[in-house]
Order: sequence, then structure tokens, then C-alpha cells
Amino acid sequence: MNKPIRTISIFCLLLFLALLVNASYVMYFRADELAADAKNRRVINAAFSRERGAILVGKDPVARSVPSDDKYDFQRTYPQRFMYAPITGYFAYYAQTGIERSQSDVLSGDDERLFVTRLVDMLSNAEPKGGNVQLTINPAAQAAAFEGLQALSGEAKGAVVALEPSTGKVLAMASTPTFDPNLLASHDLQAVEAEGKRLEADPATPLINRAIGTTLPPGSTFKLVTAAAAIESGNYDKDSIVPGGFQFQLPQSDSKVGNYDQGNCGGTKITLTQALQVSCNVSFLSLANELGAEAMTEQAEAFGFNSTALEDLPGQAPSLYPEMDAPQTALSGIGQSSVTATPLQMAMVAAGIANDGQVKRPYLVDEVRAPNASLLDKTEASTYSQAVSSNTADELTEMMVATVDSGTAVVAAIPGVRVAGKTGTAQSTGSRPPYAWFVSFAPADDPQVAVAVMVEASETAREEIAGGSLGGPIAKAIMEAVMAQ
Amino acid sequence: MSEPGAPGFVHRPRRGAELFLLLAALVVGIGAYVAVGLGVQGTVPANIIGYSGWLAALTIAAHVAVRLVAPYADPVLLPLVAALNGLGLAVIHRLDLAYEAVDKPHSFAQQQLTWMTLGIVLFIVTIILLRDHRSLQRLTYTSGAAGIALLLLPFMPIVGNEINGARIWINVAGFSFQPGEVAKLLLVVAFSGYLVRHRDALALAGRRVLFIDLPRGRDLGPILAMFAVSMMILVAQNDLGSSLLFFGLFLVTLYVATERPGWLVVGGLLFAGGALAAYTFVGNVQNRFNFWLHPMDYYYESPGSGQLVEGMFGMGWGGLIGRGFGEGSPSSVPYANSDFIIAAIGEELGLTAVMAVILCYGLIVERALRIALISRDGFGKLLAVGLGSIVALQVFVVVGGVTGLIPLTGLTTPFLSYGGSSLVANWVIIALLIRISDQARRPIPRMTDLSGTFDSETTQVVKLT
Repeated sequence: MNKPIRTISIFCLLLFLALLVNASYVMYFRADELAADAKNRRVINAAFSRERGAILVGKDPVARSVPSDDKYDFQRTYPQRFMYAPITGYFAYYAQTGIERSQSDVLSGDDERLFVTRLVDMLSNAEPKGGNVQLTINPAAQAAAFEGLQALSGEAKGAVVALEPSTGKVLAMASTPTFDPNLLASHDLQAVEAEGKRLEADPATPLINRAIGTTLPPGSTFKLVTAAAAIESGNYDKDSIVPGGFQFQLPQSDSKVGNYDQGNCGGTKITLTQALQVSCNVSFLSLANELGAEAMTEQAEAFGFNSTALEDLPGQAPSLYPEMDAPQTALSGIGQSSVTATPLQMAMVAAGIANDGQVKRPYLVDEVRAPNASLLDKTEASTYSQAVSSNTADELTEMMVATVDSGTAVVAAIPGVRVAGKTGTAQSTGSRPPYAWFVSFAPADDPQVAVAVMVEASETAREEIAGGSLGGPIAKAIMEAVMAQ
Repeated sequence: MSEPGAPGFVHRPRRGAELFLLLAALVVGIGAYVAVGLGVQGTVPANIIGYSGWLAALTIAAHVAVRLVAPYADPVLLPLVAALNGLGLAVIHRLDLAYEAVDKPHSFAQQQLTWMTLGIVLFIVTIILLRDHRSLQRLTYTSGAAGIALLLLPFMPIVGNEINGARIWINVAGFSFQPGEVAKLLLVVAFSGYLVRHRDALALAGRRVLFIDLPRGRDLGPILAMFAVSMMILVAQNDLGSSLLFFGLFLVTLYVATERPGWLVVGGLLFAGGALAAYTFVGNVQNRFNFWLHPMDYYYESPGSGQLVEGMFGMGWGGLIGRGFGEGSPSSVPYANSDFIIAAIGEELGLTAVMAVILCYGLIVERALRIALISRDGFGKLLAVGLGSIVALQVFVVVGGVTGLIPLTGLTTPFLSYGGSSLVANWVIIALLIRISDQARRPIPRMTDLSGTFDSETTQVVKLT
């Protein structure tokens, strides 16, 4: 019977070889594929438990990992709770947003720039640590922006973006209502789910970063783009005479559009500067109509419309200047019809005018540092576009200064400083409150900060919204905060 | 028939080697237990003295029993089994701690240690009472009938019990027991006894078709009967693994007894046909097949492949050297301490440990087959092959299932998995192998002078009990 026993032996050998080969295949060769599977909770758990790097503003962390003695080794905390939530986003078990998502590789330590650190950790058998991300945010400006929005009466929804015109650094970015990322980063996953559902269901959409994620008609602030297109056409300067009057007859239509205050802007023939000062609808309707869709589109896109410019945050909505017919094009000249913009976009318009017509690409991540604080990478300022010529920018600046000095934007005036600004009030439908806008930069001769403020809805009486009564003080506070340093 | 080396080869007892290897096995078992304490709780377990003392006492008791009543037994088997059992205990203890951490405290390790104690007691009792394995041959039909009866027990009212969709349990006096684990042992005895007696009829009669000697029609009776039993287990108990195990076991012993590969062909075709029919008509079998082919697609289903995929995630997470005790989450795999214990080992101890475990099983099978080769009687050969095949098939089915080599079927991993019936039955299997090997390796009483002068001495006295 020994011959069949030998055959059986060989058969058993083959069975065990198959087991060994298959175990190697699953546990070694397929390991990366299995780890990459979205269903693999072990990978998520490990990432959730890891000591992530900090997100820093100035010298202070706005997001950091602290040791935790529960199921996971570290707990992500956000010391400021609400103020930075739209920027940092949250690091939750099931999802990440904001900087936590866009810089996740650096923060978790997986980024290739951290290769050496990772190697040292591996050799010394230490737990891997993540790198730190330094933001461009100016803490004083951010506080001014957030507190300004918070101080608005009622359930005001709004957003603020402040840029450094010469570099594109985002100095402040605030959005209200906001949320507490600590509640979403909690290790109590059931509470997190409940909080997530509550935030999702909230009609005020606190999870959306309105500074980059909500597009609304920019209203009269868009008149800056119309004015820019007019001056760029070569036919106008700040002193050119443009039509004023009570009403503008829309082309190919029976409709007539008047001014907000039902006035005549001070005459049927006024200067372009005066038109901007009093925010004269008739003037800019006729300018847009005259310039035509092509020139208007070109100018809008030069400032950044129809695309997104900020690369450091997910969840951006592109500001739109879509194709329009003649009457709509005329209406777009005063920021109505189908034109929509984010606060970031309008801040880019202001910053471009402030920076001699050159729009810098906005960025939030200033530096990436290793866990031992050595510098790994620093973002270089780059030019997004030359939106208008230097000369045009100067003309526009003078017009905006006049608007603050003796026009609708007077609320943003700062004693001793030349401030350039423009108000806006957009009314998409009659039934809901208008949106209040305010864009400005200062000082006009050597701009350090450009601001866009948008207040979406407020219980403030409708009449008061016109102009800068809502956004102006916030913009002023931010400009003062930046210039004070 | 004395196997290795020249005709004059005489096996030495090698008990010293066994003792040395047993100490190494104890290092594995106790070391793993300490590592669990350090990894999960950060300290050496409080009961380490008592635990290691108990483990050492059990092991040494088994060793002493072997030294006394089976001095020529194979020296490698007992250490291999002790190492696997010790490692299994540590992993089960680690999983207990994981369940405790989520407020579902269990004392599976404690129970497993109790079962191990019972298993070793039965091991010792078996080798003491059974001085010659050939006496089992007299129990051929008795054990066959008992085996079938045990297989049918779970269908009986009152005692029968269905757990997780498989009707393979009985409840006696508050204890759950899987009679199939004991049945497989009894059936090996029955197969060996029956086949060693009828092997000539089965081997010689028949005709040749296409180079294959096919058996005679009327000799097909037993194989058909066994096939029927296997299919009944498959369909009625929903237990693909046991069905495969029993039928494979029968085929192997049949092939070894008759030396005719034709039986393998007949049996293989029968089982393939049966499995195909089961695949077509039994939803459960079809599911298992689908889960195996497309595990990722059925992750969220129920029943689905969640357990299989979680196990694979764990093993992939473990990689080459594993996460270390306490650093993985093996408890996320349902039944990690029984069917999926190999996944738990893979996650925290890595591919290295999985390979070591598979090699340990390979060595157990190798020792069993070697014992079969050198055994001097046909019954012993068949018995050893059968017992070795139980381990080989069971390991292949369960480890292959967990690692995705073949469709997953529920079987315990011998000596590692939590489960009293299985552990006790497996210790008895090892006892039988020890007994056969002792007989096989014992020097033949001086027969060199057989052709010589003392005719009166050619009649040997054979001790039967």
C-alpha cells in the first residue's frame, strides 16, 4: 500500500504549497490593493488614530491632534471652534473637508516631501507624525471678518474674503453661519452622525463655505468690471461723459430699467466717475449694451469668471459670466441677469485693480513644515492674469476712491487713509431680501489688503441694505486690522 | 517493510528530542500569551505563573505518558500540536480582550484551556488503554454505526440544535457539542477496518477502460453509501466543509487500500456531480461560490462576503510581519476565534506566522503519512493515512477558504480554533497516531534467526490489548 501513500503525500504537499503561495499572494502581493479598498475600515481607523500635523495661523494652531486614551490614539481638535471652520474644514471618521482634505497627505505624513521623516520614523520604530501646514491667514483680519459677520443682526448669512493684492495671499476668509468641527471630529461616531445630519438638514447650510462655495448676483460691485471693460476699450477714461437719467430702455424689449433710488444720477450726461460714485444703473446698462457680450465676457474672464483660481480648498463654485442675449448683456453690466460671483471672485476683482491690474492667484497654504518644524515647501506668489492695464487700474482706483470719499461707499472711509471701495445691492427676485455686497482695498496708493464682503440675507429692513451699511463696516474693520500691523 | 534506510535500520525512542521540542513549543505558547498581555494591556498578564505552570504541567504529563506507554512513538507530533494549541490559546485570549474592550466580555480562552485539559486527559487515557491499535479493527462496524448515528444526532428533536444556519450541533446537559468532530474519527476507524478486509475484492475484480481499472459494479455499494451520507450532510446540514471532508477521507483510504486510481476517478466524478447538483439546487452553496469569485461585490449583503473580505483586509493589513498583538483589529472579523483564527493570526503576527502555522500542519500530515509508510500492518497504514488526511483536508478547506483559495466552508482550524468538540477529537487523533507510530517504530523482536534453527520461536506471541 506504500505506492498510493506516496502519491497521497505528493498530493498533500501540493495542497500545502497552494496554501503557502495563496497566503503570500493575499498578504503580500495584494496587500496594497486591499488597503486601497474604500471598504477597508482598518486603513480609515489608522488614519483617524494617527497624530496629524497642525494647521497653523501665525504661531497658533487652529487644528491639532492631542493624545487620546480611548479607542484611537489621537483626537483632532480645533481650538477656535467656529472662526476657522470654513477654512480648516473637519477631519471626521467618514469624510474630510477644507484644508484637512486638500492637505491631507502632508498632515497625515504620507506626502512625498515628508519621505525622509517617514524613513527616520520607520527606522527608529516611532509612530509616524504628520507635517504642519502654515496658512496665509492674518489672525487679526480673520477675527475682524468673523466678528463683523457675527455682529450682524438676526440670522444673517454672509461671507468675507480678504486678499493681499501683491501676492494673492488670503488674509481672511469667513463664512456664517458656521459649525463646530470639534463635534464632527469626535470619536463618538454616533454623535458625529447625528451632528452631521443636523448640519445637512439645516436650511442655512452651515457646512458650505460661502466665501468660495456660493455664487450670487454681484450687483453693483460688478460695475467695476463694466467700467474696466469700458476703459480698456480705449473709448473711455474716468472723466468721460456717459448717459445718466431716470431710465434705460433695454434692447429688443419693452422693459425699462431705472435706478435704485428712482433718481436720475444727477443728470442725463454725467462723468464715469460720477456714475460709479452714485452707482448709476442707467450709465452702466448703456455701457454694457454698447460694449457688447464679447468684450464683457473677455473682461469678466480676465478677472477670473468662468473658472476657479484657488487650488488649496475643495468645494469651490466657479463664478459665472455665461453667454447672454443683448438685453441680458445690458443687465449684466449692473451685475444682474445671469452673472453670479463668489466673494472670493469679487475680492480678486478688487485685488486686481489694486495691484496695477494684475490678478495674483489666491492661495491659503503659505508653508509646509516637517514635524520638527523644518521648512519643506513655501508657496511662491504667481500671476493669475493681467486683467486690465496699469493705466486702467489707476483710473478705476481713482473712481473707487471718489466713491468712498463722496459717494455710496462713504461708510468705509478711514481717516487719514485713501480707501477705494464700491457697494452693491443685488435683487434676484422681488420676494427675497437683496444681497448686500461691498468690495474695497486700502491704502489706495500702496494697497495692502483687498476685501469683498457679501451678506446674503438679513432681517435688516430692505431699504437699509442698499449700499454699504451692512458690508461696509466689516470691510473697514478688516482693512484697519491689516493696516494696523 | 521497515522504511528508512537499510534493512537493519532500527528506530530509537527519541524521547529526549521530544522533550526538547516540547520546551520550544511551550516557549511559543507562553511567549505568545505574554506578548498578548504586553501588546494589549501593556503588562505581563497577572496570572502568568499559574497559566504557564498549567500549560507546562499538561505538556509534561502528555510527554511522561508517551515515555511510559509508547516509548518509540514519533517525537515530533506532540510538540507540533502543543505549539499550535498554545498559540491558539493566546490568540483566543487576545480576542477575548478585544471583546472585553467593547463591553462584550467572554472567557473563551478559559474554556478553551479547560477543553485542552480534557483533550490531553483523553490523549493520555487513549494511549494507556489502547496498547495496540489493531484491537480497534474489531470495532469496525460498531464505530461505523456509531459514526453515522452521531452524524444524524443533530436532526433528532430535543438534542438537535441549529447555529448559524448549520445543523451540526447537539445540546446535552447545557453543553453544545459537534458530534461530527467525533464521527470523523469513528468513520476513519470504520473505513480502515472495512477496507483492509475487503481490499482484495475491491482491488482485483473489475475491467479496464481507457487505461483505468474500473471497479466491479457490485463493489460500488460502500462507495455509493458513503456518497449518500456525504450528500445528506451537505443538503440537510448545509455543511459543505464536512461533506467534502468525509467523502475525501473515504476516497483517500479507498485508494490507498486498493491501490487503484480508478476509485479516485469514480469518486471524484460522483462528488463533482453531487457538488454541481448542490450548486444548482442549494442556494447556500451557490452563494458561497459567488462570494468566493466576487467577494467585493457581496460585502454589504447579508448573507454576504463581509466576513471573508474583513478577514482578507486584516491579513493584508498584517503584511509580512504583522501589526503585533494589540495593534490590529482582528475582532472586526466575525468568528475570528474559530473559523477565522488564521485571519487573526495573519493580521497581528503576519505572513511569517501564517506560513509557520501552515508548515506545522504540513509537518503533522507528513509525520502521519510517514507513520503509514513504516507501519507494519495494513490496518495501521490505513488508519494513519486516514487520520493524516483529516488534518490535511480540514486545514486545506478552512485555510484555503479564509484566504480565498477555495469557496469558504465552515470548519474549525485543528488545535487553533476555539471549540471543545474539535479540540478534544483532534487530541484523540494525535493519540491514535502516537500509538500507531509506537508500534511501527518499535524494533521487531529478534527475527534475524528466523531462517535458522529455532523453529519453535517462529511463532510470535502478539499482545492484543
